[in-house]
Amino acid sequence: MKTLVAVKRVVDHNVRIRVRPDGSGVETNGVRMSMNPFCKHAVEAAVQLAEAGQTDEIVVVSIGPKASNDVILTALAMGAHRGILIETDEALETLAIAKLLAKIVAEEQPGLVLLGKQAVDDDSNHVGQMLAALTGRPQATFASAIAIDGSEIEVTREVDYGRETLRLPLPAVVTADLRLNTPRNAALPMVMKARSKPLAVRPAADLGVDLAPRLRVEKVSPPPERAQGRTVQSVSELAAIIAEDVNAMEAL
Amino acid sequence: MSVLVLAEIDNGALSPVTARIVAAAAQLGKVDLLVAGPAAAAENATWIEGVDRVLVSTAGMVPADALARLLAGLAGNYSSIAAAASTLGKDVMPRLAALLDIQPVTDIVAIAGPGRFVRPIYAGNALATLTDGQERHVLSFRASSFAPAGRAASPAQMEMIEAPIASAAQLIASHRNDSDSPDLAVAQIVVAGGVSVGSAAGFKLVEALGATLGAAIGATRAAVDAGYAPNDWQVGQTGKIIAPDLYIAVGISGALQHLAGIQGAKKIIAINQDAEAPIVKIADLTLIGDLFEIVPQLTAALEKAGFGR
Repeated sequence: MKTLVAVKRVVDHNVRIRVRPDGSGVETNGVRMSMNPFCKHAVEAAVQLAEAGQTDEIVVVSIGPKASNDVILTALAMGAHRGILIETDEALETLAIAKLLAKIVAEEQPGLVLLGKQAVDDDSNHVGQMLAALTGRPQATFASAIAIDGSEIEVTREVDYGRETLRLPLPAVVTADLRLNTPRNAALPMVMKARSKPLAVRPAADLGVDLAPRLRVEKVSPPPERAQGRTVQSVSELAAIIAEDVNAMEAL
Repeated sequence: MSVLVLAEIDNGALSPVTARIVAAAAQLGKVDLLVAGPAAAAENATWIEGVDRVLVSTAGMVPADALARLLAGLAGNYSSIAAAASTLGKDVMPRLAALLDIQPVTDIVAIAGPGRFVRPIYAGNALATLTDGQERHVLSFRASSFAPAGRAASPAQMEMIEAPIASAAQLIASHRNDSDSPDLAVAQIVVAGGVSVGSAAGFKLVEALGATLGAAIGATRAAVDAGYAPNDWQVGQTGKIIAPDLYIAVGISGALQHLAGIQGAKKIIAINQDAEAPIVKIADLTLIGDLFEIVPQLTAALEKAGFGR
């Protein structure tokens, strides 16, 4: 079985972002970029399936500018077999991304598609679900455990009330939650080896997908600032303030 | 211009989140509510102010592929289809949007005007204002950003939906973390603990303070990963986003990921050893000191003041 993993290059999640003063977006020039953390969980899950002999080929795909080669190389160094970069300099909406991925799914016919549950830049949490719809496959989102059993996959999902386990027929689409695994750091020899693995570059415009945005971003603004706080000196003072607040609430 | 809202069901009952989503959706037009759940939940839903009709599918909660198809079948009559930005709404709405060839707008925290929505990006460190000029909209609302709709003077009409519901996926087990504390997503008071509590036993101090105040209990990702608290208590960018009137952070340093979950809190109180911790910078009130001394004393003092349950 072949596994396809989608990865996204985002502003590193440890960077404190800055909104551009003109409201046109978030400053990404000269900012450290890396693979979206949830994509790392997805890659790790695929590599573990390969190590268990449950998938024979891992194809990793990313959509973005030339620089997204970085995150494909990271995935190849973690153990993926070959990469596909769908190159575009435009910031695409999630529906367009899902449509491009659906084209690749149609070409590659993977038994399993793994994605992260959300990207930490736009926080959308859309693409896996959309791809599942467009390819007519069942989905299991927010996966914290997966097990392939013949032609089916069993997925434990993190949901608001706790956990639930679904059994899906393959082919299927699964999105990774952060508790799925602990992603490995690629050792230097693997990083060197990654450079010799196949990496195909395809211009996004060649895939026959309408990439025009449906939404218009009017502005991006920083969140409202909170007023300066103060410190209290004793537990009794804090208890009195909390008691007063709670009484005021109950009066509502 | 009417809106179809997917009701949020929790443990077979109508979740209080639903009234908040109805209030948000009512700003866009007349609201019909789809209850995929038991008749009793649907009956309760008829009493939410602003609901015109309640559509009932008693097939119950079904996997996303079937629910998205059910919604897509009804979508023709509506200009918008909306849900909560819960794990249910996140699972279903993007799938529905792709079926309808619509770019969804999700996690909306404010409606800025007709077709204009505000949603947080970058873990809440920026707010994007979007114009959705599509003919129809697929939306999800962050429940904690909207006040709940009131109780209607008379109940809305109920209609059964007889659509067959089939899913490729099969639910084989579910595990509910039962707790008698209020629902995090809509609680007025939340007490949360971080990894500094040191152990599951240490976390009990946080839970005791929460019980005294009748508060919901939250936790940071680190505290959950360390096994001190269950996963569904996690507050933050990838856990629950909350906006209580009062948030008490115990032994929480305030990583960006966590702060994203609490930025909507009206008042933040931090109990922390480190005066330089990021949480202290955004807290309205801080008490610096050892949580193992402070929290039991605080709980005792509040109990004495008459907050014991």
